[in-house]
Amino acid sequence: MSTGVLGPQRRNLWFWVFVGPFALGLGLFTYVPLVWSLYLSFFDAHNTVSPDASDFVGLGNYGAMLSDGAFLASLGTFVLFTAFIVPATYVLALALALMVNRLRVAQAFFRSVFFLPTACSYVVAAVIWKLSIFNGVRFGLANTVLGWFGADQTAWLSTTHPPWYWLVIVTVRLWLQAGFYMILFLAGLQRISPQLYEAAAVDGARPGWQTFRHITFPQLRATSVAVVLLLVINAFQAFDEFYNLLSDARGYPPYARPPLVYLYYTALGQDQNLGLGSAGAVILALIIAVATVVQARWFGLGRKGED
Amino acid sequence: MAGTFGRRRLMAGGGGAVLGAALATACGSNTGRGDGDSGAGLRQWYHQYGEPGTERAVKRYAAAYKKTEVTVQWRPGDYDRQTAAALLTDSGPDVFEVNGPLLDQIQGGQVVDLTAEIEPVKDDFNQAVLAPKTWQGKVWGIPQVIDMQMLYYRKSALKDAGVQPPRTLDELVDAAKAVSGKKKTKGLFLGNDGGVGVLSGTPLFAAGLSLISEEGKVGFDDPAAARALGKIRQLYADKSLLLGAPTDWSDPSALVQGLTAMQWSGLWALPQIKKALGDDFGVLPFPGDGSGGKPAVPVGAYGSAVSARSKHTAQAKAFAKWLWVERTDFQRDFALSYGFHIPARISLAKQAEQLREGAAADAVRFATEYGHAEPLLWTAASRTAYQDALSRIIKDGAHPEGELKGVVRKVSAELQRVKKK
Repeated sequence: MSTGVLGPQRRNLWFWVFVGPFALGLGLFTYVPLVWSLYLSFFDAHNTVSPDASDFVGLGNYGAMLSDGAFLASLGTFVLFTAFIVPATYVLALALALMVNRLRVAQAFFRSVFFLPTACSYVVAAVIWKLSIFNGVRFGLANTVLGWFGADQTAWLSTTHPPWYWLVIVTVRLWLQAGFYMILFLAGLQRISPQLYEAAAVDGARPGWQTFRHITFPQLRATSVAVVLLLVINAFQAFDEFYNLLSDARGYPPYARPPLVYLYYTALGQDQNLGLGSAGAVILALIIAVATVVQARWFGLGRKGED
Repeated sequence: MAGTFGRRRLMAGGGGAVLGAALATACGSNTGRGDGDSGAGLRQWYHQYGEPGTERAVKRYAAAYKKTEVTVQWRPGDYDRQTAAALLTDSGPDVFEVNGPLLDQIQGGQVVDLTAEIEPVKDDFNQAVLAPKTWQGKVWGIPQVIDMQMLYYRKSALKDAGVQPPRTLDELVDAAKAVSGKKKTKGLFLGNDGGVGVLSGTPLFAAGLSLISEEGKVGFDDPAAARALGKIRQLYADKSLLLGAPTDWSDPSALVQGLTAMQWSGLWALPQIKKALGDDFGVLPFPGDGSGGKPAVPVGAYGSAVSARSKHTAQAKAFAKWLWVERTDFQRDFALSYGFHIPARISLAKQAEQLREGAAADAVRFATEYGHAEPLLWTAASRTAYQDALSRIIKDGAHPEGELKGVVRKVSAELQRVKKK
């Protein structure tokens, strides 16, 4: 089927009219910078994107990055963040999907309500979270509510013991992305054949947990794999909410600093150390690639005979 | 089939957009310059000032320059990073305001030498802010105005708690604790990060040390440094610090709204505080610590620099000289008519009426007697390492000695690196 369609297209002028500009853009704005970044990672490129041959440092930048405590700590931060956010979003999105799917009335309404936050940008949401919900003074929403119960005001984003800032970071992302994954799960749920449930009922399966465990959950496997993969990649790329919640004009706290923020400061900040930053970016890309492949293997993605 | 069609259409749309963008880039000359490369129009960049009227003022100065047409760009956002990136390209500014220039920018040949331009009046500039713009005897940026930071306190709040304005770091710790908690007011506001960003080397200077010594070595490899930073941790541990305020230290709202009794902020905040609190406030330098210590006040200056990538460096240098060396009337206007800054020229600062009495006069005295600027050798990587350590000391209660040891190693490596060039 696929060769039948592709064959004539190759000879078709229209193919290049449609794909050409797009491929050109992709090459120009994605692949050229990628290769250039790889090239820069072997040079001591301070404040320049075209270093001299004398600035060649080989794998020096990679060594420096991998022995840099701040970079390793930032990698730790994002492993922790991923460990938090992936299961949390997964469970919440699935729960929302099951709830909305059961509704007999106003299903579209609730679907929209939960999906709408997806349309909000991370920057805007982060600002709302930072300034009105979780600000550290007495008139912040969270502190006002806690104040009714006599609690002291908490500086949510500045307290590291206990690390309340995680609550702010995780909730903003949950609010923003749960709705999107809910829609994916809803689509998955609607693909499950009603006959399966009917057959199960005939066999005496009780609705609720038993049905969910033995029918719904296994049937959602393909969706689950896709959702978890997307969630992990998204978590690895987290930047906006960290940047907008925690940075100020002067700098960025070392706790809760994900690698992308660290690289941003190294390469594009005042350091302008583009060689070192590029090396970090390559390391990060490799980690993401390996993690994705391992995960795909683990889920058996692409294995023959899978539906 | 419908899916395929949808995807195809999407790709065509996307491709079209990319093609359109590519064409626009290829044919366009939207570089902000207007006249392309044919004329010698200069592009001048400023960071966005908060004070109303400043933008109109700098455009007026530019318009008054008759030799070359100068276009002013007022750039909001992360200015330091914008300029750092723009200096790598040909579409950057010719003349620009810079919080520096940084040593790497000078060594990387990104800015041009302005020694000859500043030479006739070099001694009239405040040396504390000129020094960080000087490398190997050459001047790389002309200081525009001096900004300084100090401690504002509310007289009534301290009086109610029965404490005197603090003269030592220990007294500051005690005073902040004493005024804290009453009517949910906190004692001291050093920024939402607990002072990590804004304090920088100030506690070290207060302990009689420095970031980089005169000989170009690490200036805080000393037990007194750990002692001083331990006291900042004490402020945090006592819960005397205001954290999580809606605006940060640079804005006086926290003090004005009564969220805190004392606040570290800039001279620029003085008119606003005076308007809100009348006479109910005073100013202090950062108090000294220990026997070898003395009060400390950070000073800094945005400078005017010329990009080495400019196609019109000669004209750009002439313009920078005209505005920031010759036109003292404009320099005075820029420093004093909009916000509140100390003119970078000593002769102008002496003439300034606004700086002769009250808290403003105190501030000028602090800047002269106790002012310290971040040295040129204090690189961005050194600053990050130091601030990370400071954050761990203040927030996590990490051991100051151990943390500082790591910073000393990092800073020594940075000093080695920049000296090699």
